[in-house]
Amino acid sequence: MNAPIHPQMHLHKVDLKPKDYKSDTPSFWCAGCGHYGVLTGLLRSLSEIGVDQNYLVNVSGIGCSSRLPYFVNSYKMHTLHGRAGPVATGVQLARPDLSVVITGGDGDGFSIGGGHMPHLARKNVNMIYILMDNHVYGLTKGQVSPTSRQVMKTTTTPYGGLEEPLDPVLYMLTYGATYVGQAFAGNVKLASQLIKEGMEHKGFAFVNLLSQCPSFNDIDTAQTFKEACEQVPDSHDTSDLSAAMNAVNTAKQAGRILTGLLYKTERPTLDERMAELVKRVGGHKDYDLRKIIDLARP
Amino acid sequence: MKGITKNDLIIRIGGEGGEGVISVGDFITQACAHAGLDVYTFKTFPAEIKGGYAMYQIRASTEQLYNQGDTFDVLCAFNGEAYDMNRAHLRPGNAFVYDSPSDFTPDIPPGVFAYPIPMTQVSKEMNNPRAKNMVAMGALSILFNIPVESLREVIAAKFGRKGEDVVKGNLAAFERGRELAKALDKTDPWTLGTPKAKRDVIVMSGNNAIGLGALIAGLDFFAAYPITPATEVAIYVAKHLPKRGGTLIQAEDEIASISQVLGASYAGKKAMTSTSGPGLSLMSEMLGMAFMSELPCVVVDVQRGGPSTGLPTKHEQSDLFLAIHGGHGDSGRIVLSVESIQDCINLTVVAFNLAEKYQCPVLLLSDGSLAFSTQNVPYPNPDDFHVVNRKRWNGEGEYRRYALTDDGISPMADPGTPGGMHIATGLEHNEAGLPSYSSANHEAMQAKRFNKLKNVVNDVDPVEVDGNGEADLGVIAWGSTIGVVREALQRLRTEGYKVKGFYPKLLNPLPVEQFEAFGATCKRLLLPEVNFQGQLAHFVRAETSLRPESYTICGGMPFTPEMIVNKVRKVLS
Repeated sequence: MNAPIHPQMHLHKVDLKPKDYKSDTPSFWCAGCGHYGVLTGLLRSLSEIGVDQNYLVNVSGIGCSSRLPYFVNSYKMHTLHGRAGPVATGVQLARPDLSVVITGGDGDGFSIGGGHMPHLARKNVNMIYILMDNHVYGLTKGQVSPTSRQVMKTTTTPYGGLEEPLDPVLYMLTYGATYVGQAFAGNVKLASQLIKEGMEHKGFAFVNLLSQCPSFNDIDTAQTFKEACEQVPDSHDTSDLSAAMNAVNTAKQAGRILTGLLYKTERPTLDERMAELVKRVGGHKDYDLRKIIDLARP
Repeated sequence: MKGITKNDLIIRIGGEGGEGVISVGDFITQACAHAGLDVYTFKTFPAEIKGGYAMYQIRASTEQLYNQGDTFDVLCAFNGEAYDMNRAHLRPGNAFVYDSPSDFTPDIPPGVFAYPIPMTQVSKEMNNPRAKNMVAMGALSILFNIPVESLREVIAAKFGRKGEDVVKGNLAAFERGRELAKALDKTDPWTLGTPKAKRDVIVMSGNNAIGLGALIAGLDFFAAYPITPATEVAIYVAKHLPKRGGTLIQAEDEIASISQVLGASYAGKKAMTSTSGPGLSLMSEMLGMAFMSELPCVVVDVQRGGPSTGLPTKHEQSDLFLAIHGGHGDSGRIVLSVESIQDCINLTVVAFNLAEKYQCPVLLLSDGSLAFSTQNVPYPNPDDFHVVNRKRWNGEGEYRRYALTDDGISPMADPGTPGGMHIATGLEHNEAGLPSYSSANHEAMQAKRFNKLKNVVNDVDPVEVDGNGEADLGVIAWGSTIGVVREALQRLRTEGYKVKGFYPKLLNPLPVEQFEAFGATCKRLLLPEVNFQGQLAHFVRAETSLRPESYTICGGMPFTPEMIVNKVRKVLS
């Protein structure tokens, strides 16, 4: 099924190269960090779509990955730990003519901000959430994250971890995201393809990008990610939610990570439903306030 | 039937939740306001959804009302529980109307005028047991001269939606109640005065009035999470904001609602959330971000009894510490507080104006007593309000979001503005918005963000002074306590006391000069407030040279004028 394209995405089409979307602020990530791949993929997608930077709002929370907006030429918000989701929701609902992109990490999105995730997806807020998933807290110099493997030793788990990791993709499928994809951040071609499609998708798109942390995670390297990734077969039906969940789970059991477009569907977005509601009550900016005040006459 | 005209009458109606207590209270309130009387109501709800004791108290007067009064003159009990809850408060001279025969047989205290009315029995005889409350209302209208034509109109209007039969049935029960009361021998002195003239008024609760104020101010975006006693703000806005083409969302929690508000504000919209103490606690971190990134927003806090979950349905003025200083780091915000329903409309507009002008969070403090209290206010003409919009960049030169200016206010640029791209960040930043942790920059930026607030006092009526000249005692009050103090001072002056009142509406930044000027005219100062610690007194002692005597209560109820009068007499004795 081909869901219609996010109608605002092409309103202000421009012709810019990927480097035109890069700000002058130098990236502060470590050498070899997977986040460079995410940034490259994002810049390429923006150029391919032709997004007008003036109508692009890049929102993040806190963490290494959440610094990404500084490196992009656009309107942007660097908010609080875990709060990129609801802040971006406010931007998007207030101004449905804007393209809203969230970039953030696994701890930001699924630990401190985990309570917001179901609501972004079920409300189908029209935006893309790019999770830069490196299975570790990097900015605080190496602690377990909700996606860390149990065997991982970190500064707060010096004898190894105690908990099972969660799978962001399975959660977002369950929560009702209308576009779910996954890739290794180093595979810029696939990553940028998913970001582009996710941005053009009308509805809440979630793209999980596995991104190595060379400084604080030595068990999930670029090499291990690359070897574990397995492209979803061409026969996969992206409109079948159960098939998507089964495929992800089956791969997981075999120690593999399923990549590519996993699921895509169509349903009205939150701003569309709001606009429909306003229309239904005959609402408009010049609606006479006196009609509302009159209701309080005794 | 005779009675001394009582220009100021308080009727308390009690019964089981669901028996129509609230409806009768609303009808009498509407009818009195409709006829041209002043009304001030007070309600308590059971914490449970069904059953439990419900109480509605209506104060009606031919004179202007500032509070819910001392205690009732007339008690109307629908059942035994309502009698039990109030028997200790029955005083000689009270009138007592009650259901009889019923599940209880009251002992009538000496000096109390008793009027048994077969409410349940008659409504059952009429095959309309749900109209028990209408029988009671009919009886009350005869006994105390409640404007009958207005009552009939209100019944027709309110039941009209349910069909003609329902209107007829309720009117019949109402008229039956009137006949029953006419047959009684009225012996008490309570009779409501006749209003001077009809006036163009509206009747609203505090929560609804805040919603209306927001609409007048140009609210575009609203996000909130349900919480007692603030939920009705969201209910009102949910109903009416879509008519104005605005957007609203019920958030997953209060952290999300304030986050959504800031997102909408960044996107160029006027945005608000409403909550109560527990929700405000959760918003503290994001309010710091709003101050740091200079994003306008309005946060309404309808205070309830705390700490923790506390007394969710009870009245308290105990969030002042949190409102002014809640949150980490050196963070500022503007704090306003409302006295009355009129303030709920006007100061909500002011809150938006200040948020837009100063690009910072503005907290508006209401309280549990105002939340559900209804009062009449003159019909507000939306064109009479001054509405401020944020200063936006004119597109000239290179845009720097946090440019250091003389007044500390840097023009904003909505997304979509060519050349206006910038970042809103919680990190300390330079004029361009980029992270900067240098000592010089942090000191300059903190000074920018705090110094701009020094002008707020010039943009509002920060305080009201009640009385002239020198006084033996000055009473400082905030929030709905102000209305209680107003009446107390009127009474004390008739007794010859030299007393003055000082009513700050701007609580942060504290209008220090005005406090000092007032203090200089009073020999002593008293500061009554409904919290344990004396929160405003704390700030007054910290920021001014004044040393007011604190008078605090925290029993879940507001002060009464009588309490203030007695306290002042004691202090000055």
